[in-house]
Amino acid sequence: MNAIMKAQSTREKLRIADLHAFYGESHILHGIDLQICQGELVTLLGRNGSGRSTTLRAIMNMVGSRTGSVNINGHETIDMPSHQIAHLGLGYCPEERGIFSSLNVEENLLLPPSVRSDGMSVEEIYEMFPNLAERRKSQGTRLSGGEQQMLAMARILRTGANILLLDEITEGLAPVIVQKLAEVLTKLKERGLTILLVEQNFRFAAPIADRHYVMEHGHIAEEIHAHELKAKTELLNTYLGV
Amino acid sequence: MAEFLGINLFGLFGQLLVGLINGSFYALLALGLAIIFGLLKIINFSQGALYMLGAFAAWMALEYLQLNYWYALFLVPIVVGIFGILLERFLIRPIANEDHLYSLLLTFGIALILQGLFTDWYGSSGLPYAIPEELKGGTRLPFMYLPNYRAWIIVCSLAVCALTWFMIEKTKLGAYLRAGTENPQLMQAFGINVPLIVTLTYGFGVGLAGLAGVLAAPVYSVSPEMGSSILIVVFAIVVIGGMGSIGGAILTGLAMGIVEGLTKYFYPEASNTVIFLVMVLVLLTKPAGLFGKEA
Repeated sequence: MNAIMKAQSTREKLRIADLHAFYGESHILHGIDLQICQGELVTLLGRNGSGRSTTLRAIMNMVGSRTGSVNINGHETIDMPSHQIAHLGLGYCPEERGIFSSLNVEENLLLPPSVRSDGMSVEEIYEMFPNLAERRKSQGTRLSGGEQQMLAMARILRTGANILLLDEITEGLAPVIVQKLAEVLTKLKERGLTILLVEQNFRFAAPIADRHYVMEHGHIAEEIHAHELKAKTELLNTYLGV
Repeated sequence: MAEFLGINLFGLFGQLLVGLINGSFYALLALGLAIIFGLLKIINFSQGALYMLGAFAAWMALEYLQLNYWYALFLVPIVVGIFGILLERFLIRPIANEDHLYSLLLTFGIALILQGLFTDWYGSSGLPYAIPEELKGGTRLPFMYLPNYRAWIIVCSLAVCALTWFMIEKTKLGAYLRAGTENPQLMQAFGINVPLIVTLTYGFGVGLAGLAGVLAAPVYSVSPEMGSSILIVVFAIVVIGGMGSIGGAILTGLAMGIVEGLTKYFYPEASNTVIFLVMVLVLLTKPAGLFGKEA
């Protein structure tokens, strides 16, 4: 039993090899290699324009075109259309949050189809995010920024997605909400979800992440494990320009 | 009794009824256009021709297959819808990512071809289509005589419009449509097959035009030009209601039919232009349309 659990916990959920992405003529990603195991929380760090958001979009096949290999849960997806990729258990939360203004909170929450059978129930979601329950009949875009972010997260948790791609979820939010998001991510990690997080706010990401990939000019420039963080702080600061 | 403050009530109600019937057709056609524009961002210039196709299909079904009106009412929207699905799949989709001007020109070209073909086959004078037996006759109301078939048009198109509105605003499928209008790429990333929804939506919008064509066949003569003459007015209605607004298209369609009817009674000379006058006024004061959202 223990052996099985151990095998599962080291199971690779996402393996990307030599991924190139293009928007029309512009070549944005120049051969990304990364892998994430089940239950890991991994961040993509880097300056603006280094290709972090594009990496997430390329995983979802939301770029103009892409080449290389994106293996999700053992399935090669490079030739799959976007809507089939989601059904391998991926949940994508875009940088602009993507709350639909023509839908109310509950409709937004129920919109994405379930991609796996063991998603959170609406009751569990409302328990985790009580604000959403109170405002379930409000127009989606009338929520505060923090509530919209909660909704964008809740929406993909309900689908049962167990690999989350989260893009800049703390951007522009008050510290108390950032704190709440950190708690949510920690809970999700405990549940065994695999998370790839694009993050600007390093102080938010550092305590909860297992590993960090640093991106520059559409490449992975450095891989840093949580335990190496202290030793490599200076190197990281040069990459991030802080 | 027939006069009130010098107004001939028979005449007034007569024109109101004509207005309401025209409004019913405007609403059905504008609804189809609004749905298609909302999701596909295509200005579907072939909507009028597909309405004409619906009327001809009903006529042909009766003439060649002996299928009566009721069969046509059910089958023709499906046939026209399938025709629309083929158009979308094989002609419109290949240029979907180009400038919208191309799809506008394409659908305009399709309309001209259809109109040309039917003129060549059946001439331009128009073919008669009898009112079905069950709806012949009429009802005498205090102020007017209401032919049963005309009442049926109003009831049927209002019911279809209301049902469509409900489906889009209140159901899960409708939520997909509304969300797809806003951000199709994200919808797709959520695992929804957006291209399929686009194709079916186009088929449905076009099917509404086919239905309008069947309803129209017994009251207007079935002619190749019937689509092009109504289409310009319907476009004005979609603009007044707000591009892509579902409820706006329905309400504006009915309202403009009535406005046109009233104008016909009070100042007949302006009845052909009044809708365009309203369009100019709306564009000057509320460019997004009466029910449209500001961009």
